[in-house]
Amino acid sequence: MGASQSNSQQGPLNSRQGQAGASEEAPHGRLHRIFDSDIWHSFSHSPITVLSAIITLLFFLAAIFAPLIAPYTPFQAGSLHLMDGFTPPFEQGMSGNFYVFGTDDQGRDVFSAIIYGARISLLVGFCAVLFAMVLGVTLGLIAGYRGGWVDTVIMRIADVQLSFPAILVALLIFGLAKAMIPRDYQENMAIYVLIISIGLSDWVQYARTVRGTTMVEKNREYVQAARVIGVRPAVILFRHVLPNVMGSVLVIATIGLALAIIAEATLSFLGVGVPPTTPSLGTLIRIGNDFLFSGEWWITIFPGIALIMLALSVNLLGDWLRDALNPKLR
Amino acid sequence: MTDVLQDKRPSVQPSGPLVSVQGMSKYFDVSPPFLTRVLQGRPRRALRAVDDVSFDIPHGSTFSLVGESGCGKSTVARLLVGLYQPTQGEIYFDGSAVSQLKTRRHLADFQRRIQIIFQDPYASLNPRWRVRDIIAEPVRTHRLLPEGAALRKRVAELLDHVGFSNKDGEKYPHEFSGGQRQRISIARALAGDPEFLVCDEPTSALDVSVQAQILNLMKDLQKELGLTYLFISHDLAVVSHISDYLGVMYLGRLVESGTASDIFNDPQHPYTRMLLDAIPDLEMSGRKRIPVAGEVPSPMAPPAGCHFHPRCPFADARCREEIPGITESKNVRVRCHAVEEGRLTPEVLAEAAAART
Repeated sequence: MGASQSNSQQGPLNSRQGQAGASEEAPHGRLHRIFDSDIWHSFSHSPITVLSAIITLLFFLAAIFAPLIAPYTPFQAGSLHLMDGFTPPFEQGMSGNFYVFGTDDQGRDVFSAIIYGARISLLVGFCAVLFAMVLGVTLGLIAGYRGGWVDTVIMRIADVQLSFPAILVALLIFGLAKAMIPRDYQENMAIYVLIISIGLSDWVQYARTVRGTTMVEKNREYVQAARVIGVRPAVILFRHVLPNVMGSVLVIATIGLALAIIAEATLSFLGVGVPPTTPSLGTLIRIGNDFLFSGEWWITIFPGIALIMLALSVNLLGDWLRDALNPKLR
Repeated sequence: MTDVLQDKRPSVQPSGPLVSVQGMSKYFDVSPPFLTRVLQGRPRRALRAVDDVSFDIPHGSTFSLVGESGCGKSTVARLLVGLYQPTQGEIYFDGSAVSQLKTRRHLADFQRRIQIIFQDPYASLNPRWRVRDIIAEPVRTHRLLPEGAALRKRVAELLDHVGFSNKDGEKYPHEFSGGQRQRISIARALAGDPEFLVCDEPTSALDVSVQAQILNLMKDLQKELGLTYLFISHDLAVVSHISDYLGVMYLGRLVESGTASDIFNDPQHPYTRMLLDAIPDLEMSGRKRIPVAGEVPSPMAPPAGCHFHPRCPFADARCREEIPGITESKNVRVRCHAVEEGRLTPEVLAEAAAART
């Protein structure tokens, strides 16, 4: 390319870069880089974070491999022993089966029910967070990048929604959906409706954060350079701006997962969530609540403890992630 | 040049200037919000960042814009590359009016042929992209080359052009220093094989030793690729090193323009004299200078008449009321009543220098 002149001139510079690059890349693999990073250091030096990560991981594994782990299949009516009903924890039922956390009125194993319940709770929580994230991030990007009346309209809607408690918004949307869906489909649709109503009640946080970051990023010169090159706005938003806002989104999403699990439990406890045939943790707590004052405490207490542990450890993980990714708090 | 994209350039150089700016103005609306205006009865306000600026840049030459901070240099740069639309006036690129480029094909062609290098090398590269993706962006956007071997070869070629090895393409911007990043910016700007580069203070964020390196690289590239530059700077030493033509801006107006040698040897406008006298020089010690006095007034409320009159030792009543038009004086175009009237005789200048020191 006839660059002999500039080459000779930058010769010494080239060699210096070559050395720097070699020493950095030398024997380290990608795995080594992860264990060498600041994030890993901050993670491994915080015992609470490690503990909550382990608990979260256990819940996830239990939820994914529920059929393999759960000792009984509590929601197949045929496999239940009605005479085992109300077996206290750590006791054998009349049928000779052993129940770690006892059974409920119909002889369902509470431990197995918790595992299957955590599955539903995590599924709903995950999908709701994903839905809220996609919606919130998209609207936030558009509002922040376009500005003007588009921004005003989106953010006023967000403000109005933020002035109501999230659970009220979710209840409203859930009730609305229930009125619109034919009765025959309600049972099957309940879980989707739940996901959408929790997601719709939670997008505002993502939108606000992403809008703020986008307004900063869009004035940075790499975005302007892309505009000069002629990159289309949609491509700029998703390829340039989005990767730079994902850090804060990830933090909100982790804490949001805990909130979504609690929101799902609240709705199910109120009786508007998933149907009792496929109960979540919240449904289990509600069912057990009926027997609390007649002395069968284990039916509600154990799912309650499970819910607290799950929500708390996810929340602690989110807190840690927020601090670890924020250089100002280091 | 074994450049794969090279054959797209017209072989015959047209005679007119590559870039011609005619009476270009840019006003920014800095009015208070609608409700405040209505409730407190405050009027709309406009900031004249660029006010009736005209200049030509011939093919293959370097036109420099100089001026103090806030005089509208960067706004001119952003207007030229299409980041802002001019409020008035027109920009002609290679003979065609930029505002008339309506079809996507014409616009894309314009965007490929004109590129910008920004001041801050830390903000102008996306921190999440690998260098090879950053450099390939113009090629991918305009689909100049198919993905794969041809694109990789082009990126390697560009990296080599600005003094990097091909391996450096795998790295992220944070692994490079300021001067290195600026070279990456240059490689990205060159990727689409442009004809016109707008350089918005490309060296002012760099160390002096690195500045020289970047400037030499830019000069070499200009020679090799026949590039045309608009070079924006507040550093007159840098400007004298690189320019063919020079424009001096003051509060949004172009007060003096001409060839760099004419202006540096014999500045006409009192402001240009002040700027040039402010360059420290070992040989000129003891010479009478007109020192730079006062501060730039707020562009929100610029002085009436000639914007420079509050700081000008030669201002009279006419300067305070009437906006000076463009006059030709000794090969340069000047906006100054004193020059137009021939008031700036050597005696007057010497007297002013004596009075100020």
